Amino acid sequence: MDLFEYQGKQYFARYGIPVSPGGVAHTVDEAVSAADAAGYPVVIKAQVQVGGRGKAGGIKLASNSSEVRHHAGNILGMDIRGHVVERVWVERASDIKAEYYASFTLDRGARKHLAMVSKEGGVDIEHVAATNPDAIIRRHIDPAVGLTHADAVDIIDSAGIDQEARSGAVSILELLYKCYVEGDADLAEINPLILTPDGRVHALDAKVTLDDNASFRHPEWAAFEGTESADPREQMARERGLQYVGLDGSVGIIANGAGLAMSTLDVVNQVGGTPANFLDIGGGASAAVMANALEVVNSDPNVKAIFINIFGGITRGEEVANGIVTALGRVTITSPIVVRLDGTNAVEGRAILKAHESNRLVSRPTMVEAAQAAVAFAAQ
Amino acid sequence: MSIFVNETTKVVYQGLTGSAGRFYGLRNREYGTQVVAGTNPKRAGENVEGIPVFANVHDAREATGATASCIFVPAPGVESAVMEAAEAGIEFIVVITEGVPAKDEARFYNRLARDFPQTRLLGPNCPGIISPGKCNIGITAGEIATGGGPVGIVSRSGTLTYQALYELTQKGIGQTTCVGIGGDPVPGTNFIDCLEAFLRDPETRAVMMIGEIGGSEEEKAADYIKHEMTKPVVVYIAGVTAPPGRKMGHAGAIISGSSGTAGAKMDALRSAGAHVAINPTEAGNVMATVVAHL
Repeated sequence: MDLFEYQGKQYFARYGIPVSPGGVAHTVDEAVSAADAAGYPVVIKAQVQVGGRGKAGGIKLASNSSEVRHHAGNILGMDIRGHVVERVWVERASDIKAEYYASFTLDRGARKHLAMVSKEGGVDIEHVAATNPDAIIRRHIDPAVGLTHADAVDIIDSAGIDQEARSGAVSILELLYKCYVEGDADLAEINPLILTPDGRVHALDAKVTLDDNASFRHPEWAAFEGTESADPREQMARERGLQYVGLDGSVGIIANGAGLAMSTLDVVNQVGGTPANFLDIGGGASAAVMANALEVVNSDPNVKAIFINIFGGITRGEEVANGIVTALGRVTITSPIVVRLDGTNAVEGRAILKAHESNRLVSRPTMVEAAQAAVAFAAQ
Repeated sequence: MSIFVNETTKVVYQGLTGSAGRFYGLRNREYGTQVVAGTNPKRAGENVEGIPVFANVHDAREATGATASCIFVPAPGVESAVMEAAEAGIEFIVVITEGVPAKDEARFYNRLARDFPQTRLLGPNCPGIISPGKCNIGITAGEIATGGGPVGIVSRSGTLTYQALYELTQKGIGQTTCVGIGGDPVPGTNFIDCLEAFLRDPETRAVMMIGEIGGSEEEKAADYIKHEMTKPVVVYIAGVTAPPGRKMGHAGAIISGSSGTAGAKMDALRSAGAHVAINPTEAGNVMATVVAHL
């Protein structure tokens, strides 16, 4: 889950990382209250999960309440590259003496955590990486050991962070690591990390991606849910606990396993069709899960045919077949369904389906043949 | 021959008393795997259809001589289950459980690497390993595999692993071992580990490799294939048509920027000398041609 800037800052604050005083606002009145509480001058920042909001006019400085009223009124409801601004973050404006960059993420290739720190912050770090790679210090952190104080000092010194920011930056790096590990973030990034003229160091922005697999130990994450402006189909799938990505084609896809689901999209494309979605029902899918999946795919008006591609491992064939039958009894499926079923208990599954086959529900033995049948249905 | 497991491998199932552990533990036994024990701290002394249950892996190993472990416990308990198995002296640990937090798997992978360098970890979030006719640990349906070689399979995706086995079996091509390494961010065993093992195994004469979008493991495997691999490799990469920047279910399957795309991986593998197919069926056809010319 990607957090908005204001959520990221709230998350940072939980771990003691200093951020500017501020508040989130959904209305102009709330923005004025937040500004009064933070103290003027303030910065009003559009909360959207897309880059380039500054250029689009989504970040404004205000030195009194009438300016807050004016800017917040313009920014709320603004469309920034297809994202409508529903909230603004209002915080005390900071004087900036220097801008740095700090982040932690996983380096999959090395199977270790990666710390990146640069004294060239405030700009797109990928641009710095491309034009001046030596300006970014990269250090692997062994997850079995963790980040030591000595590591943090060495990273900050190696990055050439200004002497007066040194102790503040070391402290923030250690807190950021704690937020990254204990907070189960896939990414914890501060850009910019600033030094103020009076010698304080704090996070002026926050980019946090949470590891959904760790939600069982973070009840506090519930506050972040439902704030993303998702595709309604994705929203519906998420409520049902399904892995779904909306696309714009006409063949609805239901498969078990991310690899098989991706492969199904590939094969549908290769036989001349266009997938409407990626949907992985995962391992151990029960009849109820299959019924949910069919409901989600069926809700997409662009879907003209549904291709169910199941290879049984942890998902058993008779569960899949029962799921399809149950779903057919529960909702009116508007599109014809093509099923390809193989693997664990596939014979039992196919026998269950056989009794329900019609010109709206057909079964094909191979992935390519099933894709061809689904694409042909979609073209009718 | 086979890699990592064989007919003498004795396996303890951590989570045998749970519904998935029981279902697949019994299936694996029926297949012929030496399923010697299960563990559950609260049910020591009981048995699951004749398979004795012990309080912990240490006790199970002492009593049965288990050399491998298969983990089915829920995600929050996986880290301690893995460490328990390693500390008990288990040499090969297979984690089937999906949804393990990335921080946990990064930590236990590195703890094993540091403190138990002789222990091999497979997974998490993987279908397991099968050496047809000898040993099946995990959730692969044994009937879709055919023994005798000459093909070794390594795959990052669970269901595509079965698809690959199935395509080869349909064509009458046997397999030496099929390893599902899983799609998680920190896989215990990676492509290169398997390619190296298949290279050393005299019975394996060709390798099928199934990758997917995201990460750089396929590119690193391409480098290994180019410089070390003397046996033919047939590759399929899933996700050619996946939109960039979207997470496709697996923690592992995400494209960031231009790196990790299926196209980039396929190019790297093709220039390394691998045979690159565009779907699993074609991969089976290409492998049939490769095997015919061995």
